[in-house]
Amino acid sequence: MSAPAAPKLVGARVPRLEDPRLLTGQGRYVDDHRPARTLHAAFLRTPHAHARILRIDAEAARALPGVAAVLTGEDMARDCKPVRAGSRMPAYKVTSFPALAQGKVRYTGEAVAMVAAESRYLAEDALDCIVVEYEPLPAVAAMEAALAPGAPVLHEEAGDNLLLAREFACGDVDGALAGAHLVVRERFRFHRHTAVCMENRGALAEYASATGTLTLRSSAQCPGIVRDVLADLLDIPEHLIRVVAADVGGGFGAKASLYPEEIAVCVMARRLGRPVKWIGDRREDLLATSHAWDEIVEAELGVAADGTIVGLRAEVMADVGAYSIYPWTAAIEPVQTISFLPGPYRIEHYRGRTRGIATCKAPMGPYRGVGRPPAVFVMEGLLDRAARRLGMDPTALRLRNFIRAEDFPYKSPSGIVWDRSSFTETMLRAREALGWEAARAEAARSRAAGRWVGVGVASYVELTGIGSAIAVSPGMPVPTGTEAATIRVDPAGTVTAVFGIASHGQGLETTLAQVVADELGVPIETVRVLHGDTALSPYGTGTYASRSTVLAGGAGILAGRDVREKTLRIAAHLLEAHPADLVVQDGRVAVRGLPDRYVTVRDVAKAAYGGVRHLPRGMEPGLEATRFYDPYYGTASNATHMAVVEVDRETFHVRILRYLVAEDCGRIINPLVVDGQVHGGVAQGVGAALLEEIVYDGEGQLLTGTLMDYLVPTASEVPAMEVHHVETPSPTTLGGFRGMGEGGTIGAPAVIANAVSDALAELGIEVNELPLSPERLFRRIVGGS
Amino acid sequence: MAEMVTVRLKVNGVAHEGRCEPRKLLVDFLREDLELTGTHIGCEHGICGACTILFNGEAARSCIMLAVQADGSEILTVEGLMQNGTLHPLQEAFREHHGLQCGFCTPGMLMTALDFLKTNPSPTEAEVREGISAVLCRCTGYQGIVNAVRAAARTLGGAAKVESGT
Ligand code: FES
Ligand code: FES
Repeated sequence: MSAPAAPKLVGARVPRLEDPRLLTGQGRYVDDHRPARTLHAAFLRTPHAHARILRIDAEAARALPGVAAVLTGEDMARDCKPVRAGSRMPAYKVTSFPALAQGKVRYTGEAVAMVAAESRYLAEDALDCIVVEYEPLPAVAAMEAALAPGAPVLHEEAGDNLLLAREFACGDVDGALAGAHLVVRERFRFHRHTAVCMENRGALAEYASATGTLTLRSSAQCPGIVRDVLADLLDIPEHLIRVVAADVGGGFGAKASLYPEEIAVCVMARRLGRPVKWIGDRREDLLATSHAWDEIVEAELGVAADGTIVGLRAEVMADVGAYSIYPWTAAIEPVQTISFLPGPYRIEHYRGRTRGIATCKAPMGPYRGVGRPPAVFVMEGLLDRAARRLGMDPTALRLRNFIRAEDFPYKSPSGIVWDRSSFTETMLRAREALGWEAARAEAARSRAAGRWVGVGVASYVELTGIGSAIAVSPGMPVPTGTEAATIRVDPAGTVTAVFGIASHGQGLETTLAQVVADELGVPIETVRVLHGDTALSPYGTGTYASRSTVLAGGAGILAGRDVREKTLRIAAHLLEAHPADLVVQDGRVAVRGLPDRYVTVRDVAKAAYGGVRHLPRGMEPGLEATRFYDPYYGTASNATHMAVVEVDRETFHVRILRYLVAEDCGRIINPLVVDGQVHGGVAQGVGAALLEEIVYDGEGQLLTGTLMDYLVPTASEVPAMEVHHVETPSPTTLGGFRGMGEGGTIGAPAVIANAVSDALAELGIEVNELPLSPERLFRRIVGGS
Repeated sequence: MAEMVTVRLKVNGVAHEGRCEPRKLLVDFLREDLELTGTHIGCEHGICGACTILFNGEAARSCIMLAVQADGSEILTVEGLMQNGTLHPLQEAFREHHGLQCGFCTPGMLMTALDFLKTNPSPTEAEVREGISAVLCRCTGYQGIVNAVRAAARTLGGAAKVESGT
């Protein structure tokens, strides 16, 4: 078989194919769909953090003009099962998550009733007429208190509030730390955050009773996962359910889980035989979209006199909120933290223990980085503490401890296998690009002059493109290791490539088209990528965990190869040449060295559908292929971030003076898109480090229910960023791609914390809590000295 | 059912008349009654800027206005930017510089930037950042947007301003 022509599109700054529609207001987000006879849903959300529901009286609401129906938890229970996110993890307790509260509410904002009416205005009017009688129960507001004997229990079926526990252990960490030259310890606190996608969550269900088919349009990252679980919960055969996630306004992991409202609109639509739409508002988003990263980590790092790491020990507590989210479970965040804590370093002796604790808060779920923003904050913070005590340069300490070229593949103490990565290279690149020594010297001069200026560094590695060897979340029963592509050339020679992944801003319509066009040797204008629709695509789950470029890209390569091979065989037949002598490029198949002897891909496609008399003997007609790809272990991306910051001595605001990333995401498909992912990731990390925090009071009431309280960074708070690429093609994936959707957010909190600690080093202050609000810094600096 | 009011206004150069409840938000009127779904809703409390339109020539948040307040007004929405099938130079610049990812903030960002460039045709980077800080974007980290707005300023004819310290 002939090799494809040299790649032309992969690696190029191709402007995105999705942009024209999104720039002209022609995107089609869930709320832009308005089928005839649509009813609009609104949810009554409880003001109580923890209470028994004694009575719900919805009669007055039902009687309002324009109201079609009101459902409560009891109605819902008749029509669907509660969600139970299962896991094979031993110390994990399965609990129920009903679509509408049953018997009791467990967090402020939990939905207790649902109205469907002719407009959202009328639906909200009706909410005011529903009377719910509660018996308030003591709130479980803080994770530390939740485990105390006699603490109120959220899920009676679990027995207590400890929903999961896990440990990774390797070597003899106690012995190693006892014999270490230096042990640094710290209690780190990473507060609660949430994704704040600019498009709030929304769902629109349509049910056709004659055929029994259900169509759900949802702002979902994982249409395949939602389809499968709805079939079970609603008892509808899978092939009669179609889940569509067309244009989605950001996801960042927060839209990767199944939400109660998605189930509820389906139930309502099936009951009423009319389309039912729910579009969340921002208050509902802050109240009831998954939260993230809320952890307390007590950690100790032991080093030898020369800085070599001898052991690492950590205890993690995570506040997983009120429910275990499907399909990832409450384990995803706390277990990822101990999985990834050792980072890109050689560590022989390690023990990480983690606990997931239920409280009266919105459920914890995946958010960009999952577990790793806290893990890297902790590990990089410990390394800087060690460097400071040893009088060593922090980059030198990291360079001494990185997993080296000769160590790959390297099995980490938590069992992850790292393939060839460029830990040392990205560090050296970052040092050079920043001018590390000069920047440090200048910061020291600024400090001598009375300013609080500091320089920080942080390195990390993230597991990406995970195949079937391990589940994305521990023990979860959903297959996350494969994706598929169907590539179909129609008789006119144009190409439709259908994927089970779903794009929600990553530009996958463009990057996958680049991969497919190169593989087939056709112009990108002739390729259309479809995604996010379970009725169109071969089986797939969706987009999460930095997997889509690796898995869908790999499947696209496989399917593209098949189509190319058949194209060449048909062309050879038409040209009376040998397939091996042909090259396909720019939509033409030509005899090598004789560019005038060619047929077009269109000629080939026409022949392919023209029947067997146009085809080589024995060949089946048609020109399409479906292939599945499983990268098995997956691969890894890594980066080093550096930042120069200044803490204002008057206002205690942290200003980022410089920000730099040296990253390696393997073979780059589109530099425009890669840079955009890094920029966006860093901006979220900056928000996490300096501004954003979900706050509940001691009664479990949410205090950050608007965007005036939960502070998403604006263009004025996000710094200009320099992004440098070290391109090490992955040895383990087709195409050499490494996923890279999350990295920016993983590195930014750690590097900002370290830079601020450097700025305040003379005051003896080391950052151990994020976000660094001016108030928090003021208390540390003024209150603490 | 509540009494209905008549709203007459011009959107993207076209005259429209609609009847709605007095409490109806302008953004809902645009999206539902006029079926112009390009204008987005991100917060409904005037912070995110996704719903920004040009109201009688000035950037305004259509989620904190009532439709009745727009009676007799002239409105420009994102749907009105393209002329004769050609992208507006600002839209072109967003595409060229990757100023959008999910596209949800984009309509509000474009309308805000358009208004900003009218009052400041050749801004510095810091001025652009300040100017677009009225709109939240969760995807791009703003870098592509800042580059796009500055490039559009150049195409739209703003002379480069001598920058000091940026
Ligand atoms: S929707 Fe109008 S400002 Fe957010
Ligand atoms: S492009 Fe997604 S919010 Fe701006």
